[in-house]
Amino acid sequence: MATTITKTETLVGKRIRRKEDPRLITGTATYVDDIQMPGMHYAAILRSPHAAARIRSIRVGPALEHPGVVAVFTGKDVEGIGPVPCGASLPGLRVPYHSVLARDRVYFVGHPVAVVVARDRYIARDAVDRIEVDYEPLPAVSDPEKALEPGAPAVHPEWPDNIAFTYHQEAGDVDKAFAEAEVVVKQRIVSQRLIPTALETRGVVADWRSGERSLTIYSSTQIPHLMRTLVAQALGLPENRLRVVAPEVGGGFGSKLNVYAEEILMGFVAMKIGKPIKWIESRRENFLCTIHGRGHVDYFEIAGKRDGTILGLKLKLIQDLGAYHQLLTPAIPTLSVLMMPGIYRFRNIRADIIGVFTNCVPTDAYRGAGRPEATHGIERMVDMLAAEIGMDPAEIRFKNFVRPEEFPYETPTGLSYDTGNYAGALEKALEVAGYRQLREEQKKARQEGRLMGIGISTYGEICAFGPSPATPAGGWESATVRVEPTGKVTVLTGASPHGQGEETTFAQIVCDELGVDMDDVVVQHGDTAVVPYGIGTFGSRATAVGGTAVYYALQALKEKIKKFGATLLESDDVSFSGGVCVCNQTGRSVSLAEIAAASYRAAKLPPGTEPGLVSTYFWEPPNFTFPFGAHIVVTEVDRETGAVEIKRYVAVDDCGKVINPMLVDGQVHGGVAQGLGQALYEQAVYDENGQLVTGELTDYAIPKATMVPRIETAHTETPTPVNPLGIKGVGEAGTIACSPAVVNSVVDALSPLGVRHIDMPLTPEKLWRLIHKGGQA
Amino acid sequence: MTRTISLTINGKPYSHQVEPRLLLIHYLRDVVGLTGPHIGCETSICGACTVMVDGKAVKACTMFAVQADGREILTIEGLATDGRYDPVQEAFWNEHALQCGFCTPGMILAVKQLLERNPRPTEEEIRHGLEGNLCRCTGYQHIVNAVKAAAARMGG
Repeated sequence: MATTITKTETLVGKRIRRKEDPRLITGTATYVDDIQMPGMHYAAILRSPHAAARIRSIRVGPALEHPGVVAVFTGKDVEGIGPVPCGASLPGLRVPYHSVLARDRVYFVGHPVAVVVARDRYIARDAVDRIEVDYEPLPAVSDPEKALEPGAPAVHPEWPDNIAFTYHQEAGDVDKAFAEAEVVVKQRIVSQRLIPTALETRGVVADWRSGERSLTIYSSTQIPHLMRTLVAQALGLPENRLRVVAPEVGGGFGSKLNVYAEEILMGFVAMKIGKPIKWIESRRENFLCTIHGRGHVDYFEIAGKRDGTILGLKLKLIQDLGAYHQLLTPAIPTLSVLMMPGIYRFRNIRADIIGVFTNCVPTDAYRGAGRPEATHGIERMVDMLAAEIGMDPAEIRFKNFVRPEEFPYETPTGLSYDTGNYAGALEKALEVAGYRQLREEQKKARQEGRLMGIGISTYGEICAFGPSPATPAGGWESATVRVEPTGKVTVLTGASPHGQGEETTFAQIVCDELGVDMDDVVVQHGDTAVVPYGIGTFGSRATAVGGTAVYYALQALKEKIKKFGATLLESDDVSFSGGVCVCNQTGRSVSLAEIAAASYRAAKLPPGTEPGLVSTYFWEPPNFTFPFGAHIVVTEVDRETGAVEIKRYVAVDDCGKVINPMLVDGQVHGGVAQGLGQALYEQAVYDENGQLVTGELTDYAIPKATMVPRIETAHTETPTPVNPLGIKGVGEAGTIACSPAVVNSVVDALSPLGVRHIDMPLTPEKLWRLIHKGGQA
Repeated sequence: MTRTISLTINGKPYSHQVEPRLLLIHYLRDVVGLTGPHIGCETSICGACTVMVDGKAVKACTMFAVQADGREILTIEGLATDGRYDPVQEAFWNEHALQCGFCTPGMILAVKQLLERNPRPTEEEIRHGLEGNLCRCTGYQHIVNAVKAAAARMGG
């Protein structure tokens, strides 16, 4: 046995370029629409042009007669399948039956009515236009507050009040806090509807093998395993005869954390026609039919003392649910309530949610999912309280932060914050931004009549979803690590990354534990036929939960490696590190590849040991993690045009231990850009008849390169004890932190005009009107 | 009714019978099998379908295949030469200028054109030059860094 060089360089913590990228920069990755199969047919879907209407009749004959059309299905044909599943449960929740195709009524513009199957995609689209539907239009309601007014049109006739659920949470003595308050500030704050806009729209390919009685669904999804369970149920198919594959996925941001009508429908169609079927969502369909995010009207009241002490917070939260519950729709606003105290010490809170049906596409999880709304609320209210008592916004935060010695900190909403140094993050952000000097510059700017603003947001988020009792479908994650007979390593993860880079970060963890090279590791995900059951990628969980599962699988594997090593070295006293097992007595060693070969050859098995080197671990997290940080934004508003210029953007984020700083920066940048989209540009607009006015990228403004500033990132590092790697998660941080920092900055800029609050998006028109009407909207 | 088109794609000659209404992007993806260029909006806003036609970056979702008759097309698949990445590809990899990768093929070709026209662009010029290509993942900062790195590498 040769003496092997021990690998000592560690990769965790290093800026390593991604293993994913070669296929992506060469155009050779396979997204859903890249899949071609012999005999494949194409589906196009006829969707309702009305927000509410009765369907009197549907004539499919002209479509069926169109050359190249194979079949047309309507609601009557799919009565045996479905419904589209809702995975969230709340006491008293009203759950409308969500059929995969409309039956006698449509509930929102874009509601699927019929599906055409043809031999090519052009013919399928042609034929959709030949279906004749006789609609009787009905009154619709698209504004959640109007939906609550007496006499409003009923979205679902069986529930004339349009209320899907109410939810109350209270802690401490709120009435006393408000009675004793020296200052109370009230504000209505809107977190507008947003369109997630993953650059790849959704798409489904379904392939039925009648001989094997098995169905494969390729879907652009974040949750292949949950989809398998739920689609199998909806189709009445044994789950082990359904395989779901998430191929390359072109962004999700929560919009693909769902099971939609189309996955069920395409499975049904494939089984009916006996040919592979492909449906690719158009961008217009994506805007009309894939979930939207946010959609809050929040009535906040904050109570405080003149010395800046916050005493309590009240919230009435009106959540626009849309016409149906998608997978997690009603659960999202409950996350806002959980995080409503932010990172402050006050104990008195009262929240009431009213979940309201509207004739719009459902809302559901969009990057941050409930937490951006909560952070926007508390961070605006803290700023408004500071303004009311004439206190610096940084100072009021320092005064109220939960202190480092108070962790684990039990929040009034029932969470246990793991670790934090909130003042530390804010101090760092103030230092990086040069806060004092900025305030001096602001004084000068104001003397010159310029509208310069400085905005702070200090956020905490609940991440790494999460302990199973607190999640709808289990919150653990699975990992299998396999050392192949040649010593190459294969990792199977139940997390289903789609751009986050876990093929790289998980490989970094493996390399450090097993002493192998990055090129020796392959990380596989997204295929239920390959990977043991898993939960998926969302809620900033993939690395903190999935990576931890990999870590634990590796620990068990290392024990096995040592056992085989001990047998080969004929010693009881061995250690394994750097890819080599060494006898501590003789110094003789065997490499991982030699051990792997021997473990599969199995000529000489250690007593009581299975052959092979495979380890699977399902890791159940004992708690969520709670990343935090502080963002500071410097803006200047143009008096003539109302346009906002972002002069500086400083982001200090603490996501615990960092595996790959380059990828963490990427997550922060992208998250900030989406938060900025909400703060300045984006809004899904429905008119009073329920027509989506912002129905294409021509009308819905996601940020372009010129609309995003250079972001100055810095970090503090406070590890979590929740997992052995100390990782907290970072996927949503930027989005959660950004919008209040921007709005606080612009309100600060306009405060000399008497402006106290502005709802997003801060469009030039809105600001121009404020400037020219002396601060009154 | 179909028409015959003959064109060069990534240096190789192709000839097909196509319907006049067939979009160039569908021709490239579904007929020729080059699925590198993607479809993100079908309205020429997002730029995911960007390819080079006679050396100019074009959004292939709003051009018909018949309009490409006799032309030279370059897609992302044809960018690397002799198994070596183009400096722009290499820079995108080094600078972590992509996450989900869906916009990347179009983005890289848009950058190619940008650097051909302006070998030493300022940050502002880079951002302006990329306005026709949307990315929802990166916030653009690493893309801008990659363009700078590629420009430096290409001796701009």
